[in-house]
Amino acid sequence: MAGWPILSLTTFLPLVGAAFILGVRGDAEVVARNARNIALWTSLATFLVSLLLWLGFDPAVGGYQFEERADWIPAVNISYHMGVDGISLFFVLLSTFVTPLCILASWERVQHRVKEYMVAFLVFETAMTGMFCALDFLVFYLFYEAVLLPMFIIIGVWGGKRRVSVSLQFFLYTMAGSLFMLIALMVFYLNLGTTDIPALIAQGPTLSRTTQIWLWLALLASFVIKIPVWPVHTWLPEAYSEAPIGAAALLGGVLLKVGGYIFLRFSIPMLPAATDILAPLVYALAVFALIYISFVVFMITQAHGSLKKWVAYATLAHMGFGYIGMFTLTTQGLQGAVIVLVSYGLIAVALFCAVGMLEERAGTCQIAKISGVVKTMPIFAFSTMVFILASVGMPGTSGFVGEFLVLVGAFLTSTWLAVLASTIIVLGCIYALWMYRLVIFEKSERADSSSLRDLNLREVAIMAPLVLVILWIGIYPDSFIHETATTVANLIQHNQTALAQAGSISVALH
Amino acid sequence: MAEFPSILPAAPEIFLAGSALALLLLGVFRGDGATRLVSHLAAAALLVAAILVLGHSGGRVLAFDGLFVVDGFGVFTKTLVLIGAAAVIMVGQGYAERQRMDRFEFPVLIMLSAVGMMMMISANDLIALYMGLETQSLALYVLAAFRRDTQTSSEAGLKYFVLGALSSGLLLFGASLVYGFTGTTNFDRIAAALVGVPRAEVGIIIGMVFMAAGLAFKVAAVPFHMWAPDVYEGSPTPVTAFFAAAPKVAAVALLLRVLVDPFGGLTDEWRQIVTFMAVVSMVVGAVGAIQQTNIKRLMAYGSIGHIGYILLGLAAGSEMGVRGILVYLAVYLAMTVGTFAVILSMRHRGRPVEDLAHFAGLSRTHPMMALVMAVFMFSMAGVPPLAGFFGKLYVFLAAIQAHLYGLAVIGVLTSVVAAFYYLRIVKLMYFDETPVESIDRQDDSAVTVVLIGSGVFTVLFFCFPVPVLSGAAVAAASLFAG
Repeated sequence: MAGWPILSLTTFLPLVGAAFILGVRGDAEVVARNARNIALWTSLATFLVSLLLWLGFDPAVGGYQFEERADWIPAVNISYHMGVDGISLFFVLLSTFVTPLCILASWERVQHRVKEYMVAFLVFETAMTGMFCALDFLVFYLFYEAVLLPMFIIIGVWGGKRRVSVSLQFFLYTMAGSLFMLIALMVFYLNLGTTDIPALIAQGPTLSRTTQIWLWLALLASFVIKIPVWPVHTWLPEAYSEAPIGAAALLGGVLLKVGGYIFLRFSIPMLPAATDILAPLVYALAVFALIYISFVVFMITQAHGSLKKWVAYATLAHMGFGYIGMFTLTTQGLQGAVIVLVSYGLIAVALFCAVGMLEERAGTCQIAKISGVVKTMPIFAFSTMVFILASVGMPGTSGFVGEFLVLVGAFLTSTWLAVLASTIIVLGCIYALWMYRLVIFEKSERADSSSLRDLNLREVAIMAPLVLVILWIGIYPDSFIHETATTVANLIQHNQTALAQAGSISVALH
Repeated sequence: MAEFPSILPAAPEIFLAGSALALLLLGVFRGDGATRLVSHLAAAALLVAAILVLGHSGGRVLAFDGLFVVDGFGVFTKTLVLIGAAAVIMVGQGYAERQRMDRFEFPVLIMLSAVGMMMMISANDLIALYMGLETQSLALYVLAAFRRDTQTSSEAGLKYFVLGALSSGLLLFGASLVYGFTGTTNFDRIAAALVGVPRAEVGIIIGMVFMAAGLAFKVAAVPFHMWAPDVYEGSPTPVTAFFAAAPKVAAVALLLRVLVDPFGGLTDEWRQIVTFMAVVSMVVGAVGAIQQTNIKRLMAYGSIGHIGYILLGLAAGSEMGVRGILVYLAVYLAMTVGTFAVILSMRHRGRPVEDLAHFAGLSRTHPMMALVMAVFMFSMAGVPPLAGFFGKLYVFLAAIQAHLYGLAVIGVLTSVVAAFYYLRIVKLMYFDETPVESIDRQDDSAVTVVLIGSGVFTVLFFCFPVPVLSGAAVAAASLFAG
């Protein structure tokens, strides 16, 4: 098994499925059915292949595993290099795990041009997975940008009423952001003569402090838009509420986490001096986002607004935890950050799918127009409760593990940081439980939910795996933390050594 | 007795000129009925010439007493010009037949202008440069006015002629100043005259500025771009396709050769001009295209923007910059020829249409054509992993290496604006409802071949970039070695 290019297989298998779907012929009905089935089975097969990664992964090894390398543009020292470590492993698994669920969630919602939709979806999966496997900056950038194309088409063709303007806005905003990353990439390349990520991690700390800060800010500019951070977040709720539900789930579940991944993969290890100086900026942005976005969600709940927007903002609010955790550069903080990113990825997918199911039945996703669904939809009410509790950090769910570890890390760094960060736990409880009460329990004359039927088998098949994994991370987190331990320890040591060297150089200069 | 000069280095040019004349005779004797045959033979002759060009191995060869140079740079750019010209003849034939403008002079004129372009690229002397440029331009003036019975085409031809003559005048004036102050027209000796001189004489600098302005007209860089949108719109579409493809490549190649070879010693002086033109071209190209509703005008502004990125690479003034430009040119050629192949096959009830509105709903009526067009549009916008991204990557890389950070940031911002109007076409094709007036079926096999070729190149460039990249690297190195 060692000789198999499992990472390339995981990345490009969906493309093979897409090619098969393109070849499907026949009348519309048959094409739609075959396209759905091929897409589902391809993404399931991809998930199974990616499980091999987890099985074969050796947590004791510090470096990258399943590495593949092939010459690509030898003249300028750029190669196709893939590999995973303890951090990226779970992002890869997250992408391959949620894609089949999102395809299932789009099963009946997407009725026109099913073939094209499924092709776009599988291309999206390839770009997403490839992004997390890439160990060359240029290869990473290609996948990172390639994500935009299928998403642009998906929002623009299958989106809601304002799909056209929103898809353009989505594309231009994110493209503007990622071009700054391109400039950073080129500066790295011209200074260090390579785009290989391990080499950049080894040599990046030798860059001068000023260069590091500029590069760091350029990387930040690219993902304050993509993650996004206030005040350039305006495209996000728009894109999420207009995108078809499966795509919104992927956007919120996986794409939103790329920002965190960039921090972990690029900013922190490659630019340790800048990270050291600019960490307070991240704390400030993150704490501000936590509180500000919590209030936005609060307002949406109060105004009985759209559930899609509610979920979009609510999942955004917790991202701040991830960033705080990473920049504490403590074992607990970093491990917590990975768990936070993965677990909110799952929760976002789950909540988006749940909203989609409600919308399918009630024909709306306004909080005011749906209420008291617990009577008619008990299975739905139960699974949504698990997700809501996980999102507010209830012990026994994945949310708790991540938040707890991050807060421990934050306490080790600064008590005030921990106190400010923990406000989200209270704020999150208020809006989440309030929304849950309004939609699930409250009885309202304006909304009649007696005709809503409970989940069918397909929908249970979406909810059940998510509930199980969220509880698994919550109850036995060690099966995940265990894998990240060596990578995290190496990362911390790498940064400490780099800072110590930089310090000794500056001491020697004085 | 003087030794007979070796003509071997110019064999491709001589072959092409000879076959152009032979085809002209064929057309005269057989009449317009032979247009299709002449057309096919012309495309074949251009491709044979390309093979002859590629047959040149070995380094820099001077011929005709130093007037003519063959080097890796020339081989690369001439190949692009010839492939572009051949592709345009192939895709233009069907259109010309449908429009009853299929005259045998069309392919012959394209061949003659291609000869001029090859002379331009190989010029190693101010006189040779002007000879090549005028050979090319004369053929182009006639081509622009090729539909002499329509007002727009005559207007385009006249406009192009008047402004082209003006730019040739500027160029000649500049050349005369350079000759006056250096005492030579030979590029190598001009370069030698500038070496080791702490401050070049003002006369040479003014001459160089005039020559750069004259060449900027030919590549349609802002502020010398005014003719481009009108001429693009007014000329018959196959001619527009040709303008956008081959002469652009040749003029850029000439600009590179002139600024790097004889005026390499004045890099700091011309960098200011090039930087200015790069910035305004990128901005005008991006902003000007937003309001356009005619696809040909839009392509004109798009090409102005592309010239801006090419000049961005030139502003770096380094070998890396030239390499980036050559990659950009190769990619640009493929995208442009492909896009025009789509435009040429857009027709409604037999009449060609140029309005953007006709793209609406194309993905339903012509899914494959819409897909290819979308690929070209995304590539022009510079979205990875398509070929257009690599063109931009390499010129930006050169700009950053030369510490032109401000220029690179402007380039990044304008490419986002440019992405907007390219995406608008994708939006029309994919997101808008099918109109009642859908366009006709595309049944031209030559167009299909060109579409597949350029589409595959654009999509799969990232898998096999090495041939183009290493070719460009060799070409750039040879320009700087000379």
